[in-house]
Amino acid sequence: MYVAVKGGEKAISAAHELLAKVRRGDTREAELSVKQVEQQLPLAVARVMTEGAVYDPELAALAIKQSAGDLVEAIFLLRAYKTTLNRFGICEPINTEAMQIERRISATYKDLPGGQVLGPTFDYTHRLLDFSLMAEGEFSDPSDEAENLTAVPESVSKVLEILEREKLMASEMDHQHQPTDITRDPITYPADRSARLQSLVQGDEGFLLALGYSTQRGYGRNHPFAGEIRIGEVEVSIVPEELGFEIEIGAVQVTECEMVNGFTRHRDGEVKFTRGYGVGFGQCERKAMAMALVDRSLQAADYDEEVVSPAQQEEFVLSHCDNVEAAGFVSHLKLPHYVDFQSELELLRRIRAAEQSDSAKETN
Amino acid sequence: MNREPILQVDNLTKLYAAGKGCEEVSFDLYPGEVLGIVGESGSGKSTLLSCLSARLAPDQGDIHYLTRAAEWVNLYGLSESRQRQLQRTEWGIVHQHPRDGLRMGVSAGANIGERLMATGQRHYGNLRDTAQSWMSDVELDIARIDDKPTTYSGGMQQRLQIARNLVTHPRLVFMDEPTGGLDVSVQARLLDLLRQLVTEMNLAVVIVTHDLAVARLLAQRLIVMRHGRVVETGLTDQVLDDPQHAYTQLLVSSVLTS
Amino acid sequence: MNPQTIREGYNFAYLDEQTKRMIRRALLKAVAIPGYQVPFGGREMPMPYGWGTGGMQVTAAVIGQTDCLKVIDQGADDTTNAVSIRAFFRDLTGVKTTERTEEATLIQTRHRIPEKPLQAGQVLVYQVPIPEPLRFIEPSEVETRKMHALEDYGVMHIKLYEDIAQFGHIATAYAYPVLVNGRYVMDPSPIPKFDNPKMDNSPALQLFGAGREKRIYAIPPYTDVKSLDFEDHPFEVQKWEQCCAICGSAESFLDEVIMDDQGTHEFICSDTDYCRERMENLEVTV
Repeated sequence: MYVAVKGGEKAISAAHELLAKVRRGDTREAELSVKQVEQQLPLAVARVMTEGAVYDPELAALAIKQSAGDLVEAIFLLRAYKTTLNRFGICEPINTEAMQIERRISATYKDLPGGQVLGPTFDYTHRLLDFSLMAEGEFSDPSDEAENLTAVPESVSKVLEILEREKLMASEMDHQHQPTDITRDPITYPADRSARLQSLVQGDEGFLLALGYSTQRGYGRNHPFAGEIRIGEVEVSIVPEELGFEIEIGAVQVTECEMVNGFTRHRDGEVKFTRGYGVGFGQCERKAMAMALVDRSLQAADYDEEVVSPAQQEEFVLSHCDNVEAAGFVSHLKLPHYVDFQSELELLRRIRAAEQSDSAKETN
Repeated sequence: MNREPILQVDNLTKLYAAGKGCEEVSFDLYPGEVLGIVGESGSGKSTLLSCLSARLAPDQGDIHYLTRAAEWVNLYGLSESRQRQLQRTEWGIVHQHPRDGLRMGVSAGANIGERLMATGQRHYGNLRDTAQSWMSDVELDIARIDDKPTTYSGGMQQRLQIARNLVTHPRLVFMDEPTGGLDVSVQARLLDLLRQLVTEMNLAVVIVTHDLAVARLLAQRLIVMRHGRVVETGLTDQVLDDPQHAYTQLLVSSVLTS
Repeated sequence: MNPQTIREGYNFAYLDEQTKRMIRRALLKAVAIPGYQVPFGGREMPMPYGWGTGGMQVTAAVIGQTDCLKVIDQGADDTTNAVSIRAFFRDLTGVKTTERTEEATLIQTRHRIPEKPLQAGQVLVYQVPIPEPLRFIEPSEVETRKMHALEDYGVMHIKLYEDIAQFGHIATAYAYPVLVNGRYVMDPSPIPKFDNPKMDNSPALQLFGAGREKRIYAIPPYTDVKSLDFEDHPFEVQKWEQCCAICGSAESFLDEVIMDDQGTHEFICSDTDYCRERMENLEVTV
């Protein structure tokens, strides 16, 4: 059947109007402002910024509003927007050791310099629906005690570095190479670590969570301990060529997870722990932990581990972790495939007709 | 032969579809005897081997085995637990692809020691000594006892698989194309080794192969299979030098492709 | 015990009575077959999976109004997760809670067995993340159940063999597998192997709950529990050169605490109740 182009255009624009209506909901209710999304759904904003690979809470909030709360769609919007931006420089590596800590925990030591700082977390809440939130009530600021409990020193040293100093932990080496930029050079396999980590940061949280979980259940086990998780603001600086020195251009909130993983004999002959790394924008602890688990499982080859499980297979993980790619390709099945399907129909009919005439002959 | 057989196969049938599988196979196997099963791929030899080694229940027919304790057992009348126990103590199974018969993720020493540990050996030092002695018996460098099979060549992996099977001194070994996929020179060395071990340990062996040269070198008696059925049996020299059945004649005269 | 103290709208100990009965049936089966993992219809709990939902369901199923509950995590009563679970049960049962091991009739634990020997009549409930001791050798449940059924346990020793070959020692320090009642290989949950000997012939009833994996298992009182090993590399527990920096104990399991950025560390008892009691006794003698 021939679909008239004009008719298609009308149908599309009608669909967009209907979508706008669904997004707006009941007009007797006040419209949600972008500012409200940004301020009151900060964890959704964080996920969209991380996987959308743009640090801009306002734009992320806009994307969430525009996508009617479909976060994968919002991530897509932000990525598409990112394409239009000029690149005016490359920042210096952020220094998470100098982070303004909002939350910092370690599961490997009961107490350590800087202490355990729970900060704002769902952990230890009982998951009972809080019906009081249904009423619009007055919000009271946290008590002084709560604020004091989260007060932390300026700079808190990192748990894995303490282990490194004791020579119990594999060191992360700066190989002094220019890191790969996966937005310019598509990943080739085997990928280097920088390409892998970039890809994982942008990777779908649900996919990485499932893979990370599968390693805990024996499919590529790597004996993880949450060595340290920290959340807070870090400075971002650049070195403009015309100046030749570093200037601070702002700050971003990040979540970082460093996993301590099972020990093994390293190439240098020493027995040490191994490690996995996860990071993302805003408060995104589940994502950072899942990423760290998968980063470690993808190091299988470095430690001569048998690659038998999905989470250890670099090509499988990296080529399927991007939800913009995945959602696009799955959804493309909705596009017309009339021609291909017609060819299949014709073939199947021909095969069945031939078989029917054969069996008719046999029964005769 | 006036001795009692070790394995009696009676009218064994396992069909996936008409002509696919094996059908009405009967034979006796005697202690220390090497029986070759030859035929083209698809002739049902591997299906037969799986049935014989208690890894695939037949549709019909019986297999009786005389245990080390001189007790006749009906293989498929045994519990799965007894079947596994036989497989890891009195029997050996050598797969064509070492990957199917080895634990690729653990060292050569652990591969050899596994059956011993499964049967209750709990002395690390003894396990290591046994593993080393078997490695030298199958001409593997004992310095590589802690290396994983992944670092071994194909021929070395196959020798490791053989050591892993023979460590419990089995009485009956099933081999599926044990030299398939190896270079000709490596094949020859492996065949030499197998022949020597079979004689020294007085093993009864059922070996499946499409390679008549392998059959001639190792087997005393042959079963020729085609389309799941036995078309000819007899002493190896007799079958290969004076084939009676037309199919056997064709096999002997042609260069077979597997 | 005062019903008014139970949070409104909820049953005693959160779960409905039918669910508790179902869990108790699974527990009875588990006690009858020591070390065997009994599947049960695990429920969603108001805590995330992996945070003790299995232990909580077992506790909820066996707790009664006259019980006295102790909850520990890493041996300590004051760790956040222990505090949270204790508060939950206080809220939803109103039973008495305690930090004293000898006072408790019911102890829910994550990763430790108290230092003070348990008594007949006490029940220890373990939170279990991965109940299957063979899981890390064979990920498939179909296979592992078959291995248990056929007592096909050779692979367990392969792991121990590999450890010795590579490191000269059995390199499993926690969740160290045990053979229960001469029949089932069991994961004791991630307790340090230091605690393994306490499971053997304990007068207390030991119950294990794995919520996410929906399995329950048990060690009845006075049951043989043997840690797997080799004759020439026998099972050994951890020892420290240091003593507890607070109470001076040389016998207890010690946690390492980092004092400064140079990594200077001290060791303190992981069992806070044990440490406190020793300090009290020391003060009395002084």
